[in-house]
Amino acid sequence: MQVRAEHISKHYASMAALDDVSLTVGSGELVALLGPSGSGKTTLLRTIAGLEMPDSGTVFYNDQDTSQMRIQDRGVGFVFQHYALFKHMKVMDNIAFGLRARKKDRPKEAEIRRRVMELLDLVQLSGLEGRFPSQLSGGQRQRVALARALAIEPSVLLLDEPFGALDARVRKDLRRWLREIHERTGHTTLFVTHDQEEALELADRVVVMSKGKIEQSATPDEIYDTPATPFVFSFIGESSVIPVAVGNGRATLDERVIDLEVGTLPDGPAQLYLRPEDVTMVTDGGPGIPGLVVSTRRIGGMRRVTIECGLARHRIEFDAPADIPISNSQRLQVRVIGGRVYGAGSEGYETEKLAASATSDFKWAKAEGWLDR
Amino acid sequence: MTEATSTSKINKPRQTIGEGPRTRLALIAVALVFLALMLIAPLVVVFFEAFSRGLGVYIDALAMPDTMSALQLTLLVAAIAVPANLVFGVAASWAIAKFEFKGKSFLLTLIDLPFAVSPVVSGLVFVLLFGANSVLGPWLADMGIQVLFAVPGIVIATIFITFPFVARELIPLMQQQGSSEEEAAVSLGAGGWRTFFLVTLPNVKWGLLYGVLLCNARAMGEFGAVSVVSGHIRGQTNTLPLHIEILYNDNKAAAAFAVASLLAMLALLTLAVKTLLEARFAGSLAAQRRH
Repeated sequence: MQVRAEHISKHYASMAALDDVSLTVGSGELVALLGPSGSGKTTLLRTIAGLEMPDSGTVFYNDQDTSQMRIQDRGVGFVFQHYALFKHMKVMDNIAFGLRARKKDRPKEAEIRRRVMELLDLVQLSGLEGRFPSQLSGGQRQRVALARALAIEPSVLLLDEPFGALDARVRKDLRRWLREIHERTGHTTLFVTHDQEEALELADRVVVMSKGKIEQSATPDEIYDTPATPFVFSFIGESSVIPVAVGNGRATLDERVIDLEVGTLPDGPAQLYLRPEDVTMVTDGGPGIPGLVVSTRRIGGMRRVTIECGLARHRIEFDAPADIPISNSQRLQVRVIGGRVYGAGSEGYETEKLAASATSDFKWAKAEGWLDR
Repeated sequence: MTEATSTSKINKPRQTIGEGPRTRLALIAVALVFLALMLIAPLVVVFFEAFSRGLGVYIDALAMPDTMSALQLTLLVAAIAVPANLVFGVAASWAIAKFEFKGKSFLLTLIDLPFAVSPVVSGLVFVLLFGANSVLGPWLADMGIQVLFAVPGIVIATIFITFPFVARELIPLMQQQGSSEEEAAVSLGAGGWRTFFLVTLPNVKWGLLYGVLLCNARAMGEFGAVSVVSGHIRGQTNTLPLHIEILYNDNKAAAAFAVASLLAMLALLTLAVKTLLEARFAGSLAAQRRH
């Protein structure tokens, strides 16, 4: 089933949680809503489910207007971050809840049992039907919650930070496993996450949100390779930002020309966004930007180097081969081989939140998805 | 040397939280003395006084027709007021904890009103509402219903006084549990009643039981408001607390304490039931709390 949200707006007190948001999820598609906390992603998900009413705008299931539909009749499978299992019911009764609640064509009890067993098999929890939720681990609970949502054969599956409360290891396993379930069952699926790695790995399409608006909606590759806005660039992956000047179709840093497309940007100040792989160290004596090493860290097979360059001592991070010795306070030259230039006045994720202390540790924490948790 | 120090540290672990043994003993002693003086001593005195003139006087006091009718009235009032407040309390908590609406904090304050207002004042309010000079009183009297100085007035006053017990117990519990289980239930197709009886109610049943027991204890023991609206008609509108006061004022201390011991026993019974139920269902209680 296709889900279409059109011009959804929702305000809490005076704050806009959703500001004229439109989104279409195609039939059978697996879409991630990605954004920092407060970006409106959960509100959008709950609005589509019918758990929240929008101030304006309409949600369509296929071509049916849902604004007059009761949530009970929508057939949404909703999975909550903290599972929301019925604590006083056994796993069996939790999963059977939706089937037993049916008024019309409620299956016979034996049929319900059979279906529950099937679902338990699907979520790989066979044999645990007699347990109470409190006797299960977090990952098992979330799988029961998913089985419970799947039991009603939902027309759309909505998951609100489904792995947010689990530890990293379990999260990775469940991620792969959810992808498999999706491929087997083919439900139209929309899930919310603040973990970019999760979104990029799991989803067919990633919708990046910020401040109640959609920043970009594209495939994981496009999101990473051609971020539409500085926000997307800095929220996804790691990035350094340095102010540059645009003139004559070229970007310059302290009057040194940087060899990059600037597109149709007007002359004047602009921001250059760089990923660590967009910068290399100059080893052949060619031209480059001089910088002073402030810190180095070993990351896997590479060495992550932070340098200060330019008159205003802007920080740039890049990766150097681990076998080249680099020490603090060393002077070296770097060359920009990638990155994107955005016009002035555009705001990235970090410039909003971490400007005061944009140290490499913060960026590392963000990259690992440690912030906003 | 360092080894010796570390061993002695293992033998005598330093407590990081808590007081020294002397302070702890003193604190425990203070608490016990207070408990004995304020809670246990009065209870002992009640039973001691009740039997001070011998078992015969005790049984006579209980067997008096006035005592019997007072006991009956007290049980009747509790039997009406407690279920009524069970329904009102659950409805109010459900509305306050699970929904957002205008005037919510006002409603919360209103629920606390019976706790804040002196029971005598509450009683007087009902006298003003249903008295001979009010609008409602004569109208109801024309229809043959007497509220004041009759059972309906006592029931209404008791319901008013005991209203907060169930709601006060449930609101924080429901708020803490949030509404995601209810949301899950409705998304799975369950209607309002089904969600309430299968999801909400089982989650709050222990809080509800506790609220009902407290409500019952107060309903049986309420004095001030009931005293104002009852009219003290012996054998007709006297509840146990009122009857005790009358006996006491008539210089029948032993009889008064005998009836008081009956009331105290009702209270102890309530507490015993609660403890018993908690022990009986300790397992499922723990399983739920672990969440």
